[in-house]
Amino acid sequence: MKYTVKKLITMAVTLFVVSFLVYGAFSLMAGDPATSMLGTQATPEKVEALREELGLNDPLAVQYFRWAAAFLKGDMGTSYSYQMPVSRMVGDKIPVTLTLTLLAFLMVAGTAIPLGIYTARHQGGPADRFICMLNQAVMAVPPFFSGILITLVFGRILRLFTPGGYISYKEDVGGFIGYMIFPALAVALPKAAMAAKLLRSSVLSEVRRDYVRTAYSRGGSSRQVFYRHILKNALIPVITFLGMALADMVAGSIIIEQVFSIPGLGRILLTSIANRDYPVVEAVIVCIAFIVILINLIVDIIYQWVDPRISAEV
Amino acid sequence: MKSKGLKKLLSVFVLTALTIALGACSGDKADGNSSRITIGIPQDVEDSLDPHKAVAAGTKEVYFNIFEGLVKPDSEGNLIPAVASEYHPSEDGRVYTFTLRDGIKFHDGSPVTVEDVKYSMEKCADAGRGEPLIAAFSNLESVNTPDDKTIEIFLKEPDTEFAAELANVAAAIIPASNSEPDTNPIGTGPYKFVSRSPQESFVVERFDEYWGEGAHIENVTFKVCANADSIVMDLEGGSIDMFARVTAAQAAELSDKFEVLEGTMNLVQALYLNNEAEPFDDIRVRQALCYAASSQEIMDFVSGGKGTEIGSSMFPAFGKYYMEELKDTYQQDLEKAKSLLAEAGYGEGLSFTITVPSNYQQHIDTAQVLAEQFKAVGAEARIQLVEWESWLSDVYAGRNYQATVVGVDASSLTARALLERFESGHPGNFINFNNKEYDAAVRAAIASTDDAQKTGYYKECQRILSAEAANVYIQDLPEFVALNKKYAGYEFYPLYVQDISRLYISE
Repeated sequence: MKYTVKKLITMAVTLFVVSFLVYGAFSLMAGDPATSMLGTQATPEKVEALREELGLNDPLAVQYFRWAAAFLKGDMGTSYSYQMPVSRMVGDKIPVTLTLTLLAFLMVAGTAIPLGIYTARHQGGPADRFICMLNQAVMAVPPFFSGILITLVFGRILRLFTPGGYISYKEDVGGFIGYMIFPALAVALPKAAMAAKLLRSSVLSEVRRDYVRTAYSRGGSSRQVFYRHILKNALIPVITFLGMALADMVAGSIIIEQVFSIPGLGRILLTSIANRDYPVVEAVIVCIAFIVILINLIVDIIYQWVDPRISAEV
Repeated sequence: MKSKGLKKLLSVFVLTALTIALGACSGDKADGNSSRITIGIPQDVEDSLDPHKAVAAGTKEVYFNIFEGLVKPDSEGNLIPAVASEYHPSEDGRVYTFTLRDGIKFHDGSPVTVEDVKYSMEKCADAGRGEPLIAAFSNLESVNTPDDKTIEIFLKEPDTEFAAELANVAAAIIPASNSEPDTNPIGTGPYKFVSRSPQESFVVERFDEYWGEGAHIENVTFKVCANADSIVMDLEGGSIDMFARVTAAQAAELSDKFEVLEGTMNLVQALYLNNEAEPFDDIRVRQALCYAASSQEIMDFVSGGKGTEIGSSMFPAFGKYYMEELKDTYQQDLEKAKSLLAEAGYGEGLSFTITVPSNYQQHIDTAQVLAEQFKAVGAEARIQLVEWESWLSDVYAGRNYQATVVGVDASSLTARALLERFESGHPGNFINFNNKEYDAAVRAAIASTDDAQKTGYYKECQRILSAEAANVYIQDLPEFVALNKKYAGYEFYPLYVQDISRLYISE
């Protein structure tokens, strides 16, 4: 209980710091929401009146607390440029980014765990050596580049999807997921390689532990010992890594969304920064921060469930 | 352990997918084989849905299909009646009398009344944000509705070009009863709004009770194609059917599935010079740059030789005012340029910075060719790319720059829209042009109620801009429209609009 409370407080503090830093960054950025909205029709009078209307003339701290107070009441404000509720703009895009991340996560978990087990059990064999080499290569390629390669191979040569032909989940869910598989693959590849490598080395270090010898001496078959004892312990660092990878993929999807022209959280974040649309920037960043923190929290909970010693240590 | 965990994860995922699917079904519409077109736009409609707040050219070109003013422009550049069926300006240019069109309806089915017109005009003139968005509306004195068919607009000062301002989408007629114009757009145009998804799409459908000939294609989606590099792929792959501003290089890449139509962008592209900042406060330096530059060479490099050379702040679409001869004021003459620079004290060399908004490839390319041309006369131009927002606040509003390459468009079908900005005190005078004769000529042109006289004054303005070498004028950029051959009927306008209602399916 104490543990959970502690975690929740850390979470609130983190969100506070993140959102305040974003406001701080606004004041350092060149450009101004009012001139951006008025474009070439800006006159000093119009800019001044609009700045007053948007509350941009108040001190930074006042602006921040006004925003935070409204946010806590569930009001994310109105977009400067679109003049529509920010909650609707962001709410529309969360499923896109979340689907991308979850698909990628499934790919990572679905390939890394079997591959890790296989390579660990056939350590030193030709298959193991080949996979390890491949892993090393895949790890070194950043998602935006593998994204371009995937577009070229699957999109242009094999014609499995139309590059840039994003289909909204509101129109056709099948088509949407069919399209999202490819960007998800780009995001998943390096993470899957890392996770497989981690599981392999984790299994190999567990194999030498005393409890394994004891398990064998009790007469357990090699298969039994592996799945009941070794794997359970070896998975702990992998779970940590998967949690981190998931959080990383949420934030990293911003880049891959550009490569595959996906209108998700990343796209509206970038354009709202360009438009100096502060309420939207603030909401998207808080949203991403919240998702990342939430994932960390879930990983912590899973830990305790896998290994009850962890909560005792805290 | 392994398979259990995976199963769990899978079931979580399936549930998520189902939730998305169910949520999506409710919003689906069943339209089987209705006609449709998807049009790529380079940037989203990042504006309120209230036309009276529309500023960006990219917003107005879409809204042109949804909203109409009392009058509207046609593709020839004439004003034609829209919400009003006829209009009569008074001799002195102070009173405009409009007759409301019979039976005209808003998209929500309600009839347009004179109260709606009065409301819209007064909303446009509202100075709640300092001053009206369309400057001409600060001249509005009152709007009278003597009967339920007639609207009289009274102006404080004579303005014989006021009717052209009413054709601006930002002066559209909208219903007084709509309490949420920001999110619920209702107009009288040939298309009505359906939905928007930020950074994704903007959807409209045909308005079947439109007063005029109406649109041909039923469903139109404007799809945001933010990645300029993939536009050819988007067109070929079929995710968009039309893109209004492809580059010459992209046009050459397209297969014969597409027709590339060629028009002009109706912009004054120039190297705009800050006439108050060193070294451009010296007319000799400005003239030297004019002599050093060659528009033809720029066009050859940037747009395969297409484009229209210009010599002042006016483009050919304004037939009556355009003065073709001004393009020859400064024929490229490197020796003359060098001697002018030497005279001005820059014989040893001149260096300055050209600030260019990074989102306009054609302006960046132009700046690069210019920089090379200036090198030949010993002037070193450094190119600095800035974001559009920084350009707006630092260069345009702040006037803190030396030189910049952009295209200036006309917000209405008037010479005033292009020339008034260079009056010395005008807020849009971002080049800090300051010339007494020019100010007098602009004032006289605006005040004049005689058309020939007015035209004469506007021509005088252009001559002064050219003689003073206010800017290094380059060209009216060519516009290439890529249209899938399944469709036809595209029309170019002398303004920055896309008239989708003219398009039809050709098969």
